Amino acid sequence: MAVVVKLPTVLRPFAGGVERVEVTSAEAETTVGAVFAALEQEHPALRRRLTDEQGALRRHVNVFLGNDNVRDLDGLGTTLTDGDELLILPSVAGG
Amino acid sequence: MSEAVLLIGTKKGLWIGRSDAERRKWTLDGPQFEMQGIYSVGIDTRGDRPRLFTGGTSEHWGPAVFHSDDLGRTWDEPPQGSIGFPAEADASLERVWQIQPAPADQPGVVYAGAQPSSLWKSTDGGVRFELVSGLWDHPHRKDWGAGFGGQAIHTVLPHPTDPARMSVAMSTGGVYRTSDGGDSWEPANHGIKAHFMPDPDPEFGQCVHKLAGHPAVPERMFAQNHHGVYRSDDGGTIWKSIADGLPSDFGFPIVVHPHEPDTVYVFPLVADANRIPADGKCHVYRSRDAGSTWEALTNGLPEVPAYAPVLRDALCVDQADPAGVYLGTRDGCVYASADAGDTWTEVARHLPDVLTVRAAVL
Repeated sequence: MAVVVKLPTVLRPFAGGVERVEVTSAEAETTVGAVFAALEQEHPALRRRLTDEQGALRRHVNVFLGNDNVRDLDGLGTTLTDGDELLILPSVAGG
Repeated sequence: MSEAVLLIGTKKGLWIGRSDAERRKWTLDGPQFEMQGIYSVGIDTRGDRPRLFTGGTSEHWGPAVFHSDDLGRTWDEPPQGSIGFPAEADASLERVWQIQPAPADQPGVVYAGAQPSSLWKSTDGGVRFELVSGLWDHPHRKDWGAGFGGQAIHTVLPHPTDPARMSVAMSTGGVYRTSDGGDSWEPANHGIKAHFMPDPDPEFGQCVHKLAGHPAVPERMFAQNHHGVYRSDDGGTIWKSIADGLPSDFGFPIVVHPHEPDTVYVFPLVADANRIPADGKCHVYRSRDAGSTWEALTNGLPEVPAYAPVLRDALCVDQADPAGVYLGTRDGCVYASADAGDTWTEVARHLPDVLTVRAAVL
């Protein structure tokens, strides 16, 4: 199975300039947290900007599955299946 | 021909001032690292070529340390990142407050002070940093508090001649020192007041805002405290007030002249409860006798009323002769003196809040 992570412009330099990063898994389903952990292999700098060094989603990073913020689902434990797309958006923070 | 570089870290990115060795006229590059608070910058002049550092925090994407070997035209971080807590520390990095190259006889060693209060050491020139576990594991750590800026080690002061010795300062917590290369640490705050605590003379817990020293007088340190300006002549064992003659003992930065160990600079604010310049003017104060007497430095600084504070790392010196002194304000002005503070010129205005400045003549 494969899921896609769609990146805002500001994060694309950390993924070789692309908008869409595909993450594949041998399992039938995966989780948001597992997808981010898998980014460590090819895009460690991108992974660091989404989660801290203990694996927690950064406070002002929003991750949407469809129209749902994954914080309103099961957070990093939210289940993903083949073809799902995660949209990363910065929250309105920063002063 | 020699060139001068002035790193200006602000709440919203990095600017770089460039000049010649005279340091009278400056051009400004930037911004870089947009939307990042650049809480620390560093210049390592020890190697074959100078290396610049930034320690920035994006409110969205987290903290990161970058280095540049082409005077700030391009910046790098290693693939795995420069700095981050190991899993067993059960903590995550919030900000890097200080990037401090070690003395010249320790090539490749660079220290970082961070939030939450932690000390980091690099032995590869500041590319990768490792947590100094001796301080992280200190039994006092659970009692170190957070000031408004967050709980952080903001000052790292390596001993100039003994690699096994070092002092750090944190807000809050105060001064800690090691004499065994960082394995063990003891508080070193005797004489520094903590007016905000029921017992104003605690062993630790003071809110020391900045430490400074001079290589020629290794046992002497200066401290700007959260109320109180102090000097220690015995490596931090005893601190004595040197605030007499200043308009106020409150402020954030303190720095020492690069070639005159008795010459020290501060930027007094009215008080804890009124954090604007003590004279309602943007005045640096200088002592040339290690704190016995003070004079206001005004020539070239704004003559109009000025109400912007100066943060703990926004006053610095370079290592040139005559000495350069640099000042950045929270209303985004930067001033430079090429004559040890006697006269000043404006480098920049209308930048975001200036958090830190560092300069060198290369």
